[in-house]
Amino acid sequence: MIDTLTHLDRLEAESIHIMREVMADAANPVMLYSVGKDSAVMLHLARKAFYPSPPPFPLLHVDTTWKFQAMYELRDRMAAESGMELLVYQNPEAKERGINPFDHGPLHTDMWKTEGLKQALDKYGFDVAFGGARRDEEKSRAKERIFSFRTASHGWDPKRQRPELWNLYNARKAKGESIRVFPISNWTELDIWQYIARENIPIVPLYFAAPRPTVERDGLLLMVDDDRFPLLPGETPVERSIRFRTLGCYPLTGAVESEATTLSEVIQEMLLTTTSERQGRAIDKDAGDGSMEKKKQEGYF
Amino acid sequence: MTDPIYVTDALIAEDIDAYLAQHQQKSLLRFITCGSVDDGKSTLIGRLLYDSKMIFEDQLTALEADSKRVGTQGGEIDFALLVDGLAAEREQGITIDVAYRFFTTEKRKFIVADTPGHEQYTRNMVTGASTADLAVILIDARKGVLTQTRRHSFLAHLIGIKHIVLAVNKMDLVGYDKAVFERIVLSYRAFATEIGITHFTPIPISGFKGDNITALSDNTPWFKGPALIEHLENVEVAVSDDEAKPFRLPVQWVNRPNLDFRGFSGQIASGIVKPGDAVRILPSGKTTTVSRIVTQDGDLDEAVAGQSITLTLADEVDCSRGDVIAIADTPPEAADQFEATLVWMADEAMIAGRAYWLKLATQSVSATIQPPKYEINVNTLDHLAAKTLELNGIGVVELSTDKPIVFEAYGDNRTLGGFILIDKLTNATVAAGMLHFSLRRAQNVHWQATDISRDMRANLKNQRPALLWFTGLSGSGKSTIANLVEKRLHRMNLHSFLLDGDNVRHGLNRDLGFTEADRIENIRRVGEVAKLMTDAGLIVITAFISPFRVERDMVRAMLPESEFIEVFIDTPLAEAEKRDVKGLYKKARAGQLKNFTGIDSPYEAPESPEIRIDTTVMTPDQAADLIIDRLLG
Repeated sequence: MIDTLTHLDRLEAESIHIMREVMADAANPVMLYSVGKDSAVMLHLARKAFYPSPPPFPLLHVDTTWKFQAMYELRDRMAAESGMELLVYQNPEAKERGINPFDHGPLHTDMWKTEGLKQALDKYGFDVAFGGARRDEEKSRAKERIFSFRTASHGWDPKRQRPELWNLYNARKAKGESIRVFPISNWTELDIWQYIARENIPIVPLYFAAPRPTVERDGLLLMVDDDRFPLLPGETPVERSIRFRTLGCYPLTGAVESEATTLSEVIQEMLLTTTSERQGRAIDKDAGDGSMEKKKQEGYF
Repeated sequence: MTDPIYVTDALIAEDIDAYLAQHQQKSLLRFITCGSVDDGKSTLIGRLLYDSKMIFEDQLTALEADSKRVGTQGGEIDFALLVDGLAAEREQGITIDVAYRFFTTEKRKFIVADTPGHEQYTRNMVTGASTADLAVILIDARKGVLTQTRRHSFLAHLIGIKHIVLAVNKMDLVGYDKAVFERIVLSYRAFATEIGITHFTPIPISGFKGDNITALSDNTPWFKGPALIEHLENVEVAVSDDEAKPFRLPVQWVNRPNLDFRGFSGQIASGIVKPGDAVRILPSGKTTTVSRIVTQDGDLDEAVAGQSITLTLADEVDCSRGDVIAIADTPPEAADQFEATLVWMADEAMIAGRAYWLKLATQSVSATIQPPKYEINVNTLDHLAAKTLELNGIGVVELSTDKPIVFEAYGDNRTLGGFILIDKLTNATVAAGMLHFSLRRAQNVHWQATDISRDMRANLKNQRPALLWFTGLSGSGKSTIANLVEKRLHRMNLHSFLLDGDNVRHGLNRDLGFTEADRIENIRRVGEVAKLMTDAGLIVITAFISPFRVERDMVRAMLPESEFIEVFIDTPLAEAEKRDVKGLYKKARAGQLKNFTGIDSPYEAPESPEIRIDTTVMTPDQAADLIIDRLLG
């Protein structure tokens, strides 16, 4: 006996089912789009789920103004190609105060991303937001529901999450409450890469190795993506062949030295590598043990 | 013995494309692990992740540090720390929720539901089991079959898991003794047979030491296999079973990008579909054929159970979310009364008679539950009498829905037989249920589609059908005003029918008395008759006290929106009692009539009736004119 569907077929079918199910109860859904590889897969799945209609919701990019230039380029291209409306939100207060990752540390993430996201959801009145979080990313996320309930103030209360049986999702909510939906909860990093390869999904070129100007700081290899990068005394950008395993704000995202210029080589490196995906991100380590869980309770995705 | 399962690095390094091609073809197995707090469940999962290289160096460094700091293995690596996620749990040292883990081998990707074994968490285990193909039941070799082993096995069997692995853990602590293992297997078999588990796979393991996990262990030369991973990789899952069943597609979403395209999207619950297949839309019963299976990558020649697809149909038939597209010659049933097993999952106990939302596949209806026929003690499996179900209670109940749902027995089709109940006020998911069968009338009666529609019948009569539902106290003037209204309609050449409470009780409802249950049935029958008459195109007028709001709403829900017109004949009790046309109030006051509305049985006035008639300021003729104006205006 053979299983007709491969594991990628099953994951795809599950994600599409979840996206369509949201349309039954959502009044005003939105897809959070961060331009990374997980977002790329989410957008691709959404287009498949509703084909030949365009996905019946807009894309929302909660911008920090500190993303890699290559991310902005792909973002605008994919929005145009998918026929979806692209909403870009930048927290006006963070903008006014000039919040940046160099001078403000954790406040940067808090204001641009956590606060920015809450403000954007409130401004447009979105009741359901698709996010690209995966359960394999971090320990506290292993217990996250696919439909994750947030209070009117966007808080996450582990005690109020609903049991999810079979493929039945309870998307009912009271006025003011909202739901974050994670259609790719059951995908792993390897699944994401395999699917990108199988489906030929466009991703930001930064995932592939190329010679780029870098400096080494606090154990992270940072890319000097524009002239806002303040060099410390004695620092000179050095050209290295690097790529990124995960993409965020360029001053907070560590690169890895690599020669992998094709998808196969990227996957090869991933499989042979010895450090986990989020390690290149400064964010998990801000508050030591359990920091992602704390962020989630505060409303970070 | 060598360990062939994880020797992949060589291929990855040498020929990544060959490796990827091979891994594109992997299948998926979902399983759960069940055991009590000390059975070493988290350790086993941590071990599976570790052995399949799902743990990276930075995580391992953190793990080693944590093991020394808070570990329970005397400084050795404590795999349990890898999987205990939430901060609160870590402090308590137990898992309190369902967590999902992922690992992959050469042949399969695995999704593991880590479900807690603690007494009060039946809910979590049922949740984790609902998506699993296989259950690993963990037993501590030192303790043997315990109460919780029975509980876990019963729940796994209840939820329909066909593959059970009995993992006898901590074999290292009993000196890898064959006799210990065999004694446990024997005692488990006796119990398993009793609850209907006919087949299980026993494996002696040590999660901590790694024996018989990825490869057979030298410590148990008497055990001929398979090792745990080997079994998980090779066990045949039920996917092909689902494909062999008749085709069913619960419609999730109607895809309508423009006037030329109308597609029906959903995930196939069972069977196979091809263009040209004759299909039936349930519950309407209309038949048509499949035109195309549309995807972004081009049309498909066939699609199978588990795939999310979009179909187009040859004819313009009514079909929307909640309907089921099924193979025409063996369609599922539609019914509105069922027997089911319920697992109660909320802190607030079940309330018999209260309406909950019931969600089954893509159908959402209102459902009421009868008091349990019995509750099942999950430890002894005894059937107990119960008035309700508390958190983690499991019982068999009868329930009825406000409109028919398309279903199959849970044992035949998990998608069309499994449901959740949702509290209408808090929106919490309060129960999971599994349908056994439908009750009485609805069984084996399919909806027959007729060619002449209700609109066509109404058009022939040049009128819009409606139901004028008069409600009010006995003696309020319902029958008098209703009669005047019908006379006016008749003069206007409109086709009407007046269903009078007393008259109906002489015929259709002569078998009913005046208990609460009989009064509800009285209204239900009248509602059904009135509905048939509106289907025939008539303007129906009913005059019943109909004291309970919930029954009036039940009738309202039977009809298309705006066709139910509630007419509240508002006469104060004192006034009605003063008139006492039939002398009934006098009898009730004298105790000769029981359950008389207004005297010893309540009247729930409508909160927002379509029409309210205050008889203290209006004559019956004025009232009739007002009603006609509202109806036709």
